[in-house]
Amino acid sequence: MSAGVAVNLEDVWIKFGDFVAVREANVDIKGGDFFSFLGPSGCGKTTILRAVSGFLDPSAGRVMIGGKDMAGIGPNKRPTALIFQNLALFPLMKVWENITFSMEVAGATAGERRKRADELLDMIALSGQGDKFPSELSGGQKQRVAIARALCAEPDVLLLDEPLSALDLKLRQHMRTELREIQQRVGITFIYITHDQGEALTMSDSVAVMRSGIIDQIAGGHEIYDHPATPFVASFVGENNVFRGKIQSINGNEAIIRTNRSGDLLTQITPTAVGKMNVGDDAMMFVRPEALALGAADDSSKTTISANVLNEEFEGNAYSVFLEGDGGKQIKMSLPNLGQDRESSKGSNMTLHYDASNAVVMPAGDLASE
Amino acid sequence: MKKPKLFSEFFKNNGPVMGSVLMLLVGFWIIVLIVLPQVSMLDFSFRYNLPPAEVGGPKDVYTLKNYKQLVYGAAGSSGTYNTVDLMVFVRTIVTALFVTIANIIMCYPLAYFLGQSKGTSFARLLVVMLIIPYWINEILRAFALRIIFGESGLLNEALMFLHITSAPVDFIRENYALYAGLGYAYILLMLFPMYNVIESLDRNQIEAARDMGASWIHIHRRIVIPHAKPGIASGATMVFMLSAGALAVPQVLGGPSSLWFTQLVYQWFNDSLNWQQGSAYAIVLLFASIAIVLLLMRVFKVNMGDIGK
Repeated sequence: MSAGVAVNLEDVWIKFGDFVAVREANVDIKGGDFFSFLGPSGCGKTTILRAVSGFLDPSAGRVMIGGKDMAGIGPNKRPTALIFQNLALFPLMKVWENITFSMEVAGATAGERRKRADELLDMIALSGQGDKFPSELSGGQKQRVAIARALCAEPDVLLLDEPLSALDLKLRQHMRTELREIQQRVGITFIYITHDQGEALTMSDSVAVMRSGIIDQIAGGHEIYDHPATPFVASFVGENNVFRGKIQSINGNEAIIRTNRSGDLLTQITPTAVGKMNVGDDAMMFVRPEALALGAADDSSKTTISANVLNEEFEGNAYSVFLEGDGGKQIKMSLPNLGQDRESSKGSNMTLHYDASNAVVMPAGDLASE
Repeated sequence: MKKPKLFSEFFKNNGPVMGSVLMLLVGFWIIVLIVLPQVSMLDFSFRYNLPPAEVGGPKDVYTLKNYKQLVYGAAGSSGTYNTVDLMVFVRTIVTALFVTIANIIMCYPLAYFLGQSKGTSFARLLVVMLIIPYWINEILRAFALRIIFGESGLLNEALMFLHITSAPVDFIRENYALYAGLGYAYILLMLFPMYNVIESLDRNQIEAARDMGASWIHIHRRIVIPHAKPGIASGATMVFMLSAGALAVPQVLGGPSSLWFTQLVYQWFNDSLNWQQGSAYAIVLLFASIAIVLLLMRVFKVNMGDIGK
């Protein structure tokens, strides 16, 4: 299997008139990686994909594939294959003709194409379905045909534009696993666009989180989730409780933040902000709902919050508990469902605590809008 | 199986009163506006041209005389076949076919451009500009073309000004004006069905094909044209039928020595007052046109349902 080809964006700007869709994007994608761009709709992630596939020229900067500058090279000449959000299968062609369209373009004989189509149909577990039309297939099957069609061209880089968004939840989860398996089998570079953090975190080697044209953070899924670089990343990826305040004291990579409503709280400084924060700075501290636990902290380490329970929701695997802290501060906590009957804690006063290593603080900034 | 359900659904959705009214209107349309006129034409074409007093009398019987006259000429004429009328017939059909082909070729690029730039204000403006000339009466449009193509018309003046020709070209006698007029007369009926289907083509399909390395020609041959085929077929059917049946344009723009088949029909009805003979000619034209359309639909693998799209 090929080692895969690296994709590099160097100072890429993409503007539409006055509107800046992508601002100074610097991204290094290693060959053979599964790389995701994650962000809300309209953040510029699809624009980046179109610049890599060649449908769009960057206003400034360079797109490099395999070390070669792609300027002036059209989409039909690039070693990339794009899977569209709506798949864009050709409805008037049979499945096997769809899959081998790139060979047809290259002038392969019908016999060669048929043979290759059968191989690829075996790979996507659709053996013997080549003579159907796309409209006769289910959503997941169409999905797999689109993947086979893209892989048939033997691209160095496969670009996927939210291809799972049209599927229902179960199928989507199944296709995540399948996509990851296919990627590891063929060993080529996958660039995946999604607004679904679950997809990005489960499949990717690396994730770039974007908002309004800016890449906030590029890191592995764990790093993104546990050590977000900006308030946007912290609030967009997963759920988070945000505590606003000012830095009270700093001790190495730990800090105490004087929150506006919940008193002084101990937290670690997110790695990208270590050494860049000063006492008195406006800051935001984030604690995930699942990092909160019942009861007071063992020591007096300033990681205890008291709050009243407003409401409780049962979500199957967990209970979501909505609390109100001092001064009306909204806090969400997640308690695992351990299979025992639980008495509703609604209305009661609770003491919560967290482990300081599970809280991160960073300079204040924009949050992801709900 | 399906029909009764269609009707019962229709009545359920519209209520018995409104449903009946609508069904009656549909029935009126089908019977009075489509079936009866054609049937009466067919009936006419098999009868003798009798003075009013003898209509319905013992002499008023069915005959093939009118059809024989088209093929063999009037009884007692010298030739074996009625070559004059038959040549006009063949020329009409062949010219109508070429007009249709020319319309397809001219409309496709425009329809593709409009379909791909859907919604832009320029495309909307262009559509309006295309329609405006058609607010003018067909005969007036034909006369306008006659002026342009005339001996001292705009075209000849321009050609002579540019020294392309030294003497005016007789576009009318050479039938160029006729071809141009027919080509222009029904071109929108080709353009709009084509434009509608191309507009419904998912642009991602074109991009996907491009992404897979397809050339411009390959994209059109494999993606756009197959998708547009119902629209092309629908437009081609209308343009062919209307061109073959055109009267105003050949009347105004046709050369003095070249008749259009509909002009023969017109002469039978209007000049000779022989409706029976005219009906026979019209019926032959109608059925020949239908046969050609059906044949071409089979050749190009188009379904009847697609034409109605």
